[in-house]
Formats: sequence, structure tokens, C-alpha cells
Amino acid sequence: MTAPQPLLARAFREAGLAALIVAGLSFPIISYRAEPDFNNNLTLQPRWPLFFIFCAIGFALRFLLTLWSARPKAARPVEAPKAPAKRPWLAPLGLAALIAYPLLMPILLGPQAALKWVDTFGVQILLYVLLGWGLNIAVGLAGLLDLGYAAFYAVGAYAYALLAPATGLSFWALLPVSGLLAALWGFCIGFPVLRLRGDYLAIVTLAFAEIVRIVLVNWDVVTHGEQGLFGFPPITFFGIPFIGGPRGFAAHFGLHFAAVHKLIFLYFVVLALALVANAVSIRLRRLPLGRAWEALREDEIACRALGLDTANIKLTAFALGAFFAGVAGCLFALRQGVVSPSSFTFNESATILAIVVLGGRGSQWGVALAAMLIVGASELLRELDFLKLIFGPNFDPAQYRMLLVGLAMVAMMNFRPRGIVSARQPTVTLPAVERQA
Amino acid sequence: MSSPRWIADPLLRVDRLTMRFGGLVAVNDVSFAVGRGDITALIGPNGAGKTTLFNCLTGFYKPTVGRIAFSQKGLQDEGRIEALTATARRFSRDGGEDLFLLERMPDYEIARKAKVARTFQNIRLFPGMSALENLIIAQHVALTPASGYGLFGLFGLPIYRRAEEKAVAKAEDWLKRIGLRARANDPAGELPYGDQRRLEIARAMCADPCLLCLDEPAAGLNNAESADLARLLHDIRDRDGVSLLLIEHDMSVVMAISDHIVVLDYGQKIADGAPAEVREDPAVIAAYLGVEEEEEAAAEAELEQGARR
Repeated sequence: MTAPQPLLARAFREAGLAALIVAGLSFPIISYRAEPDFNNNLTLQPRWPLFFIFCAIGFALRFLLTLWSARPKAARPVEAPKAPAKRPWLAPLGLAALIAYPLLMPILLGPQAALKWVDTFGVQILLYVLLGWGLNIAVGLAGLLDLGYAAFYAVGAYAYALLAPATGLSFWALLPVSGLLAALWGFCIGFPVLRLRGDYLAIVTLAFAEIVRIVLVNWDVVTHGEQGLFGFPPITFFGIPFIGGPRGFAAHFGLHFAAVHKLIFLYFVVLALALVANAVSIRLRRLPLGRAWEALREDEIACRALGLDTANIKLTAFALGAFFAGVAGCLFALRQGVVSPSSFTFNESATILAIVVLGGRGSQWGVALAAMLIVGASELLRELDFLKLIFGPNFDPAQYRMLLVGLAMVAMMNFRPRGIVSARQPTVTLPAVERQA
Repeated sequence: MSSPRWIADPLLRVDRLTMRFGGLVAVNDVSFAVGRGDITALIGPNGAGKTTLFNCLTGFYKPTVGRIAFSQKGLQDEGRIEALTATARRFSRDGGEDLFLLERMPDYEIARKAKVARTFQNIRLFPGMSALENLIIAQHVALTPASGYGLFGLFGLPIYRRAEEKAVAKAEDWLKRIGLRARANDPAGELPYGDQRRLEIARAMCADPCLLCLDEPAAGLNNAESADLARLLHDIRDRDGVSLLLIEHDMSVVMAISDHIVVLDYGQKIADGAPAEVREDPAVIAAYLGVEEEEEAAAEAELEQGARR
């Protein structure tokens, strides 16, 4: 143990400094608040108690942090890295839970209350999982930083919203079409950026997404601008519409009509497609193409020296990632019933990228978990009404959700900088042998 | 005395190659040939243009002027080279003998079609991937058609599974040859430096080259590792029948293993011949090792020592 006196003195000194910094930062924004009076003139309302509370919090946190970080650390024995534990029951159990979830919710909560839980926490999260897995191909495997992924999502959604009324084709026929159109755009954006990497690529993809969004806003004749498209055919159960009355799904199967039926079906469609996407990703990783993506991420020049055509490899990564986004976009249009440019802003791209980075680039499990965390947790905050009992009736937890998501991201990057699942599993292994001396 | 192999049976011929970067002439009018089955060393002081020349050969740079002819079967047919040069084509495959003009081909095509593989001065493995995966990616060109461009593999057809088993077997064989079988599943970036060097050579060999270009393979190796490397290179030449072209600073390695030495200085070729001739060449001693008397003496001593090995 070190002598307590110098440590305490140091803690006080650092805490005092922190309090000063907090004071400097919060003085201009907290100490006075400008409020309009009855004549609509701004008056300054002093809020000095709040100001001092902030300074005190800064002082206390820094003080505790200093004490905590100076605690004697037990020498941690160096362990050989453990082989990841095999949990063969995990995947089937997770799958069973995913299948049971939308069926249980209406039983537990009633068909009306279950709407939100199946839609927001079921379909929406699964859509983000699908998007995350798609972006994972470009960002996680091939190492191509794509900041404009929402553009492909938009292409898929608009493809369905425009083609469904125009062609009269069913959702099942248009699903691959949406995906292929998005993949085509992935190909188109891939070509001009073949020579770019890293930051430069990120900027170009960002610009591409903005171009797509602005075209959607301004091409009134086709896209109806900001207003968006609606009134396109909704999802049907293999031709049977989800409506009340004798021709609807409920009557067909002898159920009481409930809006949640449609969402449950949509949930299973998204789940099935997400599982297909997952299977394709996992398979591809073990194929020459998938290995080439990873090799591209690791060292592009070495790839070329080995005869790998890096242009093709990049284009396929872009196109396949975009295909997944197009499929997700089509499902998004069905879920929402309306598509408008405001759904495909940079925020959307950033959220999907955050899911991939937080999950651990290249990891399927990690991305799925991160989608649940980021989308699920931020939606869950809307539900925390009991906090009003603590913070007063004016407290709206939903307003703090982005702040908390941001804090969670900072914490993650501090403690697990390479994502939730950071260990990379080799795509092929040889049986272990004894090391010769 | 019969004419040496690089004249009698060349596999690669560089004709009047010049590479300019703006006003800087990195390689100036260099011509030489690499004999089939030879170990050819490219030496010269720092900044002599060795790596630039290498990058021209492997397509990473486009030479300003010059021709690089390559054929796995040898380059005796002068008329055919001239005929191909006159056309705009990059290679000709008539008569079952492939002839390539490397200066016209992009880098990946040189590795894929002409079968010229290379390593890098600063090791360029895929550090996050296992040693085994590194060797399997090198077989990408052979594996891709077998995977039906992804389709057969996606559906798990046996045709792809068999191809992959073969690729894994070949990789395992190479891991054994370089003594890294026990570390097959470890990330390549975590291997010791000398192992990484050998792994990079094995990776280049897994691409089935006819000519293997090594950029300073002995850089950073200790004496024991250098000796191992020399054995490995001889083994590659004798067992796999692959010709080697290497840049090397370590004179003991160069003198011990090469059949033919080309010396560059300030972008120009100043000597070309068997090790014994080059060692005697006063221009080489002066240019390559400096002209001050003390240094010259030290250098000569080093050369002598290398010759004795």
C-alpha cells in the first residue's frame, strides 16, 4: 500500500481541477437561463444551485476515480488464451426463442398490446440485424468503410413501393427484384471507388447516399418528394390479405381478426430471410470469395501479388452487401406502409454502421447482439415511464435515449474496443499437433 | 566453356528498361536475362533501383520505356517476341507455348497468368488470418473455378469440397516444409519474424509460380535463419523446379546461393555475371561498397568470406 496522505492530497487536487473545468464549461450554459416573460422579452433566470450541483458532481466523480484507479492491483496470472467454449445448444435455443416470441406476445399481452412488441421489438430489430449482416460483408469482411449504406436500403424500399402498384406483381416476386436493383446500385457505386480505400471511400459513399436521398426528395413526379409513397399493396399471406371480413386471413383460419396477425407473418418472413442471409454469409466466408474479402481487408497489395483481381472482389462485396440492404428495404416498405426520404438519412447509415462496429467487425453473433442492444435498448427507453416517479412528471426518458446510447458506445469502445465479439474464428483449421522442440 | 544458362536458356528477359518518376530516373536503360532454373540475385547499394525494377517486373509499376518478355518454356524464339511486341496484345498462347510481355500486364494478371509470384521487403502477410488461411488464399486462382465462382461452394457440392481438401493438403505440405505445421491455426501476424518471412515465401509458392521473386528475403534474419533460408531456396529450385530472382543485401547469402548476379547502381547495370566474376569486378567493389580504402578492404573481406561458404 502506498501512504494514504499523498494519495488523498492528489485526489483532492485532481478533483479540484476537474471541478474547475466543469465550472468553466457549465458557467455559460447552466448558470443562467433565458426565458421569455409575459411581454415576450427574454429575462435571465439565475440557476446557481444547479451550477454548483454540477461542479460538485464533477468533483466527486474525479475524486472517486482517482482513488479507484490507485487501488492496489492484484497481479493477474497470465493465462493461456482459452479456446472459445463450444455451446452447441445456443443456436437452437436462440432460434426457438425467436420463433416463440411473436406467438407468445399476443397470448400474454392481448392482440392489441402485442402490436408494439412484435413490431418495434421484433420486426424492427430483425430488419436491423439483416442490415447489419449485409453491411458486415462490406465493412466487416472486406474492410470497405461504407457510410452510405442507407442508400441501398432506400433503393430496395422505393423499388417495392414503385413496382408493386405498377406491375401488380406480388411481394414474393418483388423481393428479389428489390435486392437485385440495390445490388445493381452497389455495383454502380463500386466502380468509381475501386481505387479508394479508408477515409476516401467513406466520403464518397457518404456523398452517394446523399445524392440518392436528394434525388428521392426532388424527383417529385416519381417519388412524390418528401411526402413519400404510400398506398402500395401490403403484405399478404400467400395471396390471402390480412383484412377483416370473410376473405381475410383471420376468417380463413377461423381466428378473430387482429392487426397483429400481419405483423407476426411479417416477423417470420424477416426472420427467415435474416437466417438465409446469415447462412449465406457463413458459407461465403469459407469459400474463396469470402476468404478473398478478408484478405482484401488485411492487405490489398498482397492480394494483387497473389493474382487476386481486387476490383472484382470489391465489387462483389459491395453488390452483395447492397443486395441484403435492398431486401431489407423491401421489407421495411411493407412494415411501414409508407416510404419517404426522411427514413433514409445519414442517421440510418450511421446506426447500421454502429451496429457493425459495436458487434465486432466480421462477427455474425456480435452484429445480431449489437442490433438488439442499439435498436432495442433505445426503444426500450421510451417505455421507462416509471422514471417519472423519480424525476417528476416533466421527465421524458425518450429524450435521453440518444445520450444514453452515446454513453454506451463510449463505454464499449473503452472496454471492448474491437466490439462485442472480437475473436476471429479461422475459416479452416488443421488438427493440432505437438510442437517439435 | 558453354555459355551460361541466362544466355542459353532465359526465362525472363528485360530489354532496355527505364523507369522515371518525374525528373528522377530510378532505373535507367537496364537489360538482363534470368536463366531457367537459376537463382539470380539482383544486388546494389541502397537506392540503386532494385525494388523499382522488381515492381516493374511484377506489374506494380508501369515502366516508362522498355520490354519485359517472359515465357515458362524459354525465350529462344526471337521472332515470336518481336511479332508479339508489334501487336497490341499482352500475351500470346499459340503453339502451346505461352509468351508474356509483362510490362503490358496488370499486377494480378502477372501473378495469375504468367505465374510470376513475389514477396515484399516489408512482409505483407494477411496478419489477422491464420498461417493456413494465408496459404489457401494463395490458391484462390485455382480454387475459384472449382467453387463454381461461389455457387458450387454455396450449396456444398462435393466438387468444391474435394478441391478444398486438395488445397488444404498442399498448404499443410508447405507448412511442414517451412517447419510451421504446429502453428497452422495461429494468426500469421503473431508468428516470429523469421517464421513470417518463410511463410510469405511458402504463400508465394502456393500460387504455383514459374518464377519466384523475393525482395530481400534474408533481411532481419540471424545467421542460423539465413542458412535455413538458403536451404529452403535451393530446395525450391531443385525440388519444385522454380527459378528464383532475389534482391539481397546479405552478401554471404548472395554469394552462397546465387548462380548469376546482376549489379545495379544509381539505376544502371554495372555488372552481370557469375558470382566469381562479379566479386572480382572493381566497379562493383567501388560502387556497391564505397570507395574509401578502409571500407573497400572490409568489403573485400566480406566478399571473400561469402565466397568461402
